[in-house]
Amino acid sequence: MKDFGFGIKQSGVMDLDKADFTLLHEIAEAEPSARHCISCGTCTATCSAGKYTGFNLRRLQLLIRRGELQEVASRISECMLCGKCQWACPKGVNTRHIVMLINQKLHARKIS
Amino acid sequence: MRERFLEAYDPFVIPYMIGFWFVIAYLILSCAVVIKHLPLSDKKKMLKHLFSYKIFITIKDIFADCLLHVKIWKKNKLLGYMHMSIAFGWFMLILVGHIEIFFYAPHRVNLPYYPIFFRYFMMETESTMRGSLFFFLMDFFLLMVLSGITLAGIKRVRRRMFGMRRTTRLQWTDQVGTYALWCIFPLRFLAESFTSHISGGSFLTRGCGMIFEWFTQFVNNEALIRPIWWAYSLSLMVFFLALPWSRFTHILAEALLIYMRNAGIRTSCKNNGYASVEIYSCSRCGLCLDACQMASAASLRSLATVAFNYQLRLGKKRKALKSASTCLMCNRCVQVCPVGVDSVQLKLNVKGEQVGYHYPKRYDYVDGAAVMSVASTVSAASTTNASTNLAAGAAEKSSPEVVYFAGCMSHLTPKIERAMLKIFEAAEVGYTFLDQDGGICCGRPMMLSGDRAGAEQLVNKNTEALLSTGASILVCSCPICYKIFKDTYQLEGMRVLHHSEYLLELLEEGRITVSKRATVGVYHDPCELGRKAGVYQAPRDVLYRVMNLKSTPYDGKNALCCGHSIAAEGMSEQKRRIIAKDALQKMAPKAVDVVVTACPSCKKAFAEIDLLPIRDIAEVVSEQLVSPRKK
Repeated sequence: MKDFGFGIKQSGVMDLDKADFTLLHEIAEAEPSARHCISCGTCTATCSAGKYTGFNLRRLQLLIRRGELQEVASRISECMLCGKCQWACPKGVNTRHIVMLINQKLHARKIS
Repeated sequence: MRERFLEAYDPFVIPYMIGFWFVIAYLILSCAVVIKHLPLSDKKKMLKHLFSYKIFITIKDIFADCLLHVKIWKKNKLLGYMHMSIAFGWFMLILVGHIEIFFYAPHRVNLPYYPIFFRYFMMETESTMRGSLFFFLMDFFLLMVLSGITLAGIKRVRRRMFGMRRTTRLQWTDQVGTYALWCIFPLRFLAESFTSHISGGSFLTRGCGMIFEWFTQFVNNEALIRPIWWAYSLSLMVFFLALPWSRFTHILAEALLIYMRNAGIRTSCKNNGYASVEIYSCSRCGLCLDACQMASAASLRSLATVAFNYQLRLGKKRKALKSASTCLMCNRCVQVCPVGVDSVQLKLNVKGEQVGYHYPKRYDYVDGAAVMSVASTVSAASTTNASTNLAAGAAEKSSPEVVYFAGCMSHLTPKIERAMLKIFEAAEVGYTFLDQDGGICCGRPMMLSGDRAGAEQLVNKNTEALLSTGASILVCSCPICYKIFKDTYQLEGMRVLHHSEYLLELLEEGRITVSKRATVGVYHDPCELGRKAGVYQAPRDVLYRVMNLKSTPYDGKNALCCGHSIAAEGMSEQKRRIIAKDALQKMAPKAVDVVVTACPSCKKAFAEIDLLPIRDIAEVVSEQLVSPRKK
């Protein structure tokens, strides 16, 4: 079959037994603005780290909401904390703090 | 004068002696602990300082700061007098008291309590003329301390008289210490007055003594003498016993702090012995509360520096971390601190201790081609012979004069970048735009988050990229980058300039010329450029050439923070805006057309408030460029 460079996305499955929703609550407790994210992607569009890697804060926040922490853990440490996303965010989400919190909480859970 | 009692002892000296030896023991023990926690190099520095001529400077500093409180005098004269009268007056009472012993009872020098209760143990004889000078001095300094204590009482209710809007609430240990201190000198005054008919006295004690005698001529006043000396001794004991847990540890710690600071010891990446001396030197005077915009504008008073220092002292690390991560690190509190506690460094270390990341090699991705390819896009531009330059650039990679690093924040305010590029072109400067296509971060935001190891990886990578350009000048548009480039990066053979400094150089060398307009503007000093890097004059010298620059009460070291500090990850966007609005309103009076700043972050913060036009210094200059100089 001819490769057009894109294909059909496999349907995702959320395993509710394995999903860990507690991280979002823990983060939102320390940083209430975490719940204000509308997943617009401005943070990702402006990201310095995103230029060199697949770091995507919008996606990571979605994954956290879905409770899939493995990919979050593999990506989160790539952030350089430069703060561009925070000044760009239209909802005033404190993204830098959220990244730092994710780092800490995942480290506490020993997910690497 | 001669002694009244052969045994030179009375039971009322016991409380005083308990307190005295307690403080001595506490002092020795805490000094030992502090020195134990210092690294070896710092211990050597301390020893070396003792035998260098600089020890005289230290003695002078201790005298000026601990006793005369010169820094507080500069802030407010009444507040300065209050502190000086208590500290210097008390010191002189101790000093003159010991001289008295030396003159009149040299065989009692070995008794620590003798100078304190001198007037009780000694009696006047015919030959007191020699002593009248001492009596006068003692009464004079006692009056000085009493005036200070009175002012301290008045300050409780009318602190605005002393130039303070806010102050700290006393902890109960502080209350015990403070009220004991307030009792000591009035009790001493009464005790010496009541005894003055025996021991003699000068204008104050003898005068009061005579009034007292007139009142008590019908009763046996001898019965009142010993209780009042007992009370004096007890108040001293309470003060000394409360001292280690009260704010008054600063009396002991501040002298040690000055000694260590002058010996060249600083808090480095870890809160060690020096840091604990700093914490104990904080007298919680609250002068930093008025300076702190978190407290004054954003009503986050409980997180201000003075609270942070206290939490650190109590060992409440979680609370201290909350303060540290909400702090804007604008350095205003460090600027006003009369003791010179570098609390911003303490906060960074607290963050570093607790905000630990344990992902090794996090920034491996910055290695490799990505950054280097950005670095090689040399746009050595010269309007006159662009073609030859480009050819030369391609063939030999001739080093440009300037490497321009806009920084992440400038990418969010592209007008600054465009203005700088226009100026480079106009001045015919050969330049490389290192992060034109989005480079990696300079590492300062990472460092301000407390992660030094992570920042180091970025620093190393950027150093490599910067040095590979071969440029002799590094111009950066963001003061956050500027600070770390200047302090942390090892860029041999490269001058680091903020664009405001570089613009001044270009103007002074005549490489660009500007026209002056009648626009009325004020300049906002960014924290990272002003207080932290000490660049105050260069931007102003540039702006004097292009506009009618007005001064504000918040110029220079007193500059306000825009609230968009990269350090304060714990501060919400709403609070930041409140701080920005408050700062802008204070800084820019109504008759101002434009607020000029030199930091993309400040520009963005103030622009969001939408109160006045906000421009960067580079934009203003680029707009008012007169046709470029012809060769």
